[in-house]
Amino acid sequence: MRKNRFAPVYLTLVLILLYLPILVVVLYSFNANTSRFTFEFTGFSMQHYEGLLKDTRGLLAALGSSLKLALYSLSLSVVIGTLGAVGMAKRAFRLKNAAETMISLPIMIPEIVLGMAFLAVFTFADLPMGMPTLVIAHTTFCVPYIFILVKGRLAGMDPALLEAARDLGANERRAFFDITLPLITPGIVSGALLAFAMSMDDFVISFFVTGATTTTLPIKVYSSVKMGVSPQVNALCTLTLVAVAVLAALSNMIKRRT
Amino acid sequence: MALLEIQSLVKSFDGQPVLRDISLSAQKGEFITLLGPSGCGKTTTLRIIAGLERPDSGRVLLNGQDVTDLPPDKRNVNTVFQNYALFPHMNVEKNISYGLRVRGAKKKDWQDCVAEMLKLVQLEGYEKRMPAKLSGGQRQRVAIARAVVLNPDALLLDEPLGALDLQLRRQMQRELKIIQQRIGITFIYITHDQEEALNMSDRIAVMRDGRFEQVGTPEEIYEKPQTRFVAGFIGQTNLLDGEVISVDGSMAKVSVGGECVLSAVGGYMPRAGEKASVCVRAERVHLSKEKTAFSLTGIVTDRRYAGGVMRITIEAAGQTIFAQTENAGAFAPGDTAYISWDANASAIVPQEGA
Amino acid sequence: MKARRSGGRLMTLPILVWMTLFVGAALIYVVILSFLTRTPEGFGVTNAFTLDNYRKLLDPKYLKVLWQSVRLAIHTTLICVLIGYPFGYFMARTKGAWRGILMLLVIVPFWTNALVRIYGWRILLMANGPINEFLKAIGLIEQPLKLLNTYGAVLLGMVYALIPFMILSTYASAEKMDWSLVEAGRDLGAGAARVFFTVTVPQTLPGLLSGCVLVFVPSVGLFFISDLLGGATEALAGSLIRDQLLKSRDMPFAAALSVVLLALTCVILLLYSRAGGKSSNLSLF
Repeated sequence: MRKNRFAPVYLTLVLILLYLPILVVVLYSFNANTSRFTFEFTGFSMQHYEGLLKDTRGLLAALGSSLKLALYSLSLSVVIGTLGAVGMAKRAFRLKNAAETMISLPIMIPEIVLGMAFLAVFTFADLPMGMPTLVIAHTTFCVPYIFILVKGRLAGMDPALLEAARDLGANERRAFFDITLPLITPGIVSGALLAFAMSMDDFVISFFVTGATTTTLPIKVYSSVKMGVSPQVNALCTLTLVAVAVLAALSNMIKRRT
Repeated sequence: MALLEIQSLVKSFDGQPVLRDISLSAQKGEFITLLGPSGCGKTTTLRIIAGLERPDSGRVLLNGQDVTDLPPDKRNVNTVFQNYALFPHMNVEKNISYGLRVRGAKKKDWQDCVAEMLKLVQLEGYEKRMPAKLSGGQRQRVAIARAVVLNPDALLLDEPLGALDLQLRRQMQRELKIIQQRIGITFIYITHDQEEALNMSDRIAVMRDGRFEQVGTPEEIYEKPQTRFVAGFIGQTNLLDGEVISVDGSMAKVSVGGECVLSAVGGYMPRAGEKASVCVRAERVHLSKEKTAFSLTGIVTDRRYAGGVMRITIEAAGQTIFAQTENAGAFAPGDTAYISWDANASAIVPQEGA
Repeated sequence: MKARRSGGRLMTLPILVWMTLFVGAALIYVVILSFLTRTPEGFGVTNAFTLDNYRKLLDPKYLKVLWQSVRLAIHTTLICVLIGYPFGYFMARTKGAWRGILMLLVIVPFWTNALVRIYGWRILLMANGPINEFLKAIGLIEQPLKLLNTYGAVLLGMVYALIPFMILSTYASAEKMDWSLVEAGRDLGAGAARVFFTVTVPQTLPGLLSGCVLVFVPSVGLFFISDLLGGATEALAGSLIRDQLLKSRDMPFAAALSVVLLALTCVILLLYSRAGGKSSNLSLF
C-alpha cells in the first residue's frame, strides 16, 4: 500500500497540542520567577518544590484528602461493583436491563446533574457535607467503571472453565476463588485504576458535596487558579503527572499481559 | 453389574425435547462412542452423566449407585471438554494437579502424579508451560491428563479431536486408544465422525433426535444397520428401495424395480409384501458385463478416479447406485452394467415413515 | 441450583441498594424537587406543587443561557469530529508498536487532572503568556492579543478536554474495520475519496456516533472550563446551576435546570439509539 505521509505529521501535530499545556505546567514549575501574575520565565529553580514541601497545610493537605477519598471510595466501589457484576451474571430477572442501565447512568449523564442530585439528597437527608458525603458521591460514580469492566471480563470467560473445575471436584465456592476470581482480576484492577483516576480528577461533583473542612486537590487547584496562581500548584501538578504516567503505564502493562 | 448405566433419560430445553428416553449400560474398560449429527443430544447425554445437567426424568447409576442428583464434584467421572477448557491462568502442572489439589493432596504427592501423567501423554518437560503456549494436540493431552489423573470410573470425552486437523486427528485417535487400554478406564466418547467411531470403539450408539437408533459393535453397525438412518450415516451406502417378496430364514428376496435380488436379514426382520430398502456398501457392489441371477440391470453414467479406486455411478431401477471398485476399466459412461453383491454383505432396513 | 440463585441475589444486593438510593432515587428526587416551591430564605423547599421553576426557564435571560450551552456543545462536538476522527482513523492504520504508544499518549493526558490541563492553557493564553510572547518575539504583533476570556478560549478548552473521547471512540471502530473492503473498493475503480465516503465512513459510523454522544453530553456540564478560560464572557447551563445552588440557593430552580439537561441527554441518547448506536459502544474501557 501507498505510504501516507500526511498521517504521521497530523498525529504529531495533534499530540503536540494535547501535550502543550501539560508541558507548560511542568516548565513553569521550575520557573525562578515568584510573581503570581507575570509569567516570564526567569530561570531554573526548585524553589516551588521546596515551598510545596514546607507548606503542608495547603496543597499537600488537599492531596492527602484526595488520596484518602479515592482510597475509601475505591475500596467500597471495588467490592460493590465486583460483587454486583458477578451476581448479575448469575441472575436473570425481569428488570435486569433496567437495573444495569441505572448502574451505568452515572457515567452517561452530565456530571453537574449528578452533583446537583447528590447535593439535593444530602440536604434532604440532613447529612453534613464533608468526607462522608464525598465518599458516597465518589463511590457512586466509581462503581459503574468497576461493574462494566468486570462484566466484560466475565462475558469473555468460557463457561466450560467453571464446569471443568466442578468436574474436577471443586465445589462452587472453590471454583469461584480458583477460576473466576483470578480471571476477572485484570478487569477489577483496570477498573480500579480508572476509578482512581476519575476520583482524583473529579472536580464538578466534589464541588457540590464538599464541606468547609474537606478540600480535595482539584478544588484547591480551582480556587488557587481563580485567585491567581501560586507556582507551587505547578510543582504539585508536575508530581501528580509523573504519578499518573506511571499508573497509566502500569495499567497498560496489565492489559497487555492478559 | 454394569459400571455405568443410564436409564430412560428424558430432557428438554425450553419445551424443546433433546433426549427422548435413552438407556445404555457400559462395562468397566469399555470404549463406547455416541455417534450422531450435531444437535442429536450426544453432548446433553454426556453432561447428564457428568452431573453438569440434570435430566427431567431417568436415572444415572455409577457402580450401581444412583448419582442422578449428585453435583459434578461428587461423582467419580471426569470430562475432557470440547475446547479442552484448560485453565488459562495455570501452567500445565497446575492444570493437571488441580483435582488433586482440590482434594487436599500434598505437593510432593501430586508432583509425582503429574510426572506420571505427563509420561503417559508424552509431554515430559512441559510442566511449567502455560496453556496459551501449547499446540492444539498438546492441549488435548493436558486435558486428558487432567481428567485421568483422578483415576475416574469413567472418562467422558466431548468431541476431543474436533479441533485438530486430519493428520493429527488420526495420530491422536491411536494414542487415545493406547492410553485407554493402558489405564483400563471406561471411555464414553462423543464424535460426529463415523470413521473415528468405527476405528476406536468397542461399541457405538448411533444417536438421532434424542434417541438411540442402534447400539452395537462397529461391525454390527457397519455391516448390519437396523435403520435407514444408521445405514446412511455410516460409510457410502446404496439404499435400494423395493418390496419384500419372501423371507426364508436369514435370506430375503426383494424386488427392486421389477428385478429380484437377494439380501441377508440383519437386525431388522422384514415381512413379505413390505416396502423395504436393501442396503449395500459401495465397495461391496460387484459389476459385470453379463447378466447373472439376482442382479440389477443398469447404465453407467459416470466414472471418477478416487485415489486407488474408481467410483462408478450407475442408474438402475430409477435409482442411483454407487460402486467402488479397483478394476472398472471395462465400464465407461453409457455402458450397460449388471449389478450384484454377496447377499451376506447386504442388509434390509425398513423404509422411513413405514 | 437454588443455592446458586440466592448467592446471586445476595451479591447483587449492595449494588442494587446503593445505586437505587444514590442514582435512581436521587434523580427522581431532583425531578420532584423541580416542581416544588422554595422557601423565601435559606435552602429549604415547601411541598407546594408549582410549575414556576419551568416558567422561569422561559425567561429570555435563561433561554439564552441554555441556547449558548447547546451551541457550545454543538461547536465542541463538530470540532472534535473534525480533529479527532482523522486522528482515530490514522491511529487504527498505524502498525505495530507505534499504535500502542499512540494509545498511551492519548490516554495519559486523559488521566491527568482536567483542571491542571486547563490551567496550562490559561498560562499559555495569558496576555503575557508564552503564545503572545512568541508572537511578539517573531514580530507578528506588537500589542498582545486578547486570547484569554474569549469564546474561542472556552471552545478550545472544551475541545481539548473532550477530544480523547472522540479519538478513542473512532479508533475503536476503525480498528475493527474490514480494510479489505477498502481495497476491494479501490480495486473496483473507485477513487480514494469515493472509497472513503462510501466504505470507510459507513463502517466507522458507530464510533463516530458514540464519540459525538461522549463529547456532547458532558460538555453541557463542564462549568470550570468557562470559568477558567472564559472569565465571565458567557453564562452556561452548568455555571447557572452552580450559581443557583451556591449563590441564589434556589434548589427547585436548579433542579428544573438539571431536569432540562437530563432531558437533553435522554434526547441525545434516543437519537443515538435511533441512528443504530449501541449502548455498549458508550463505555470505552
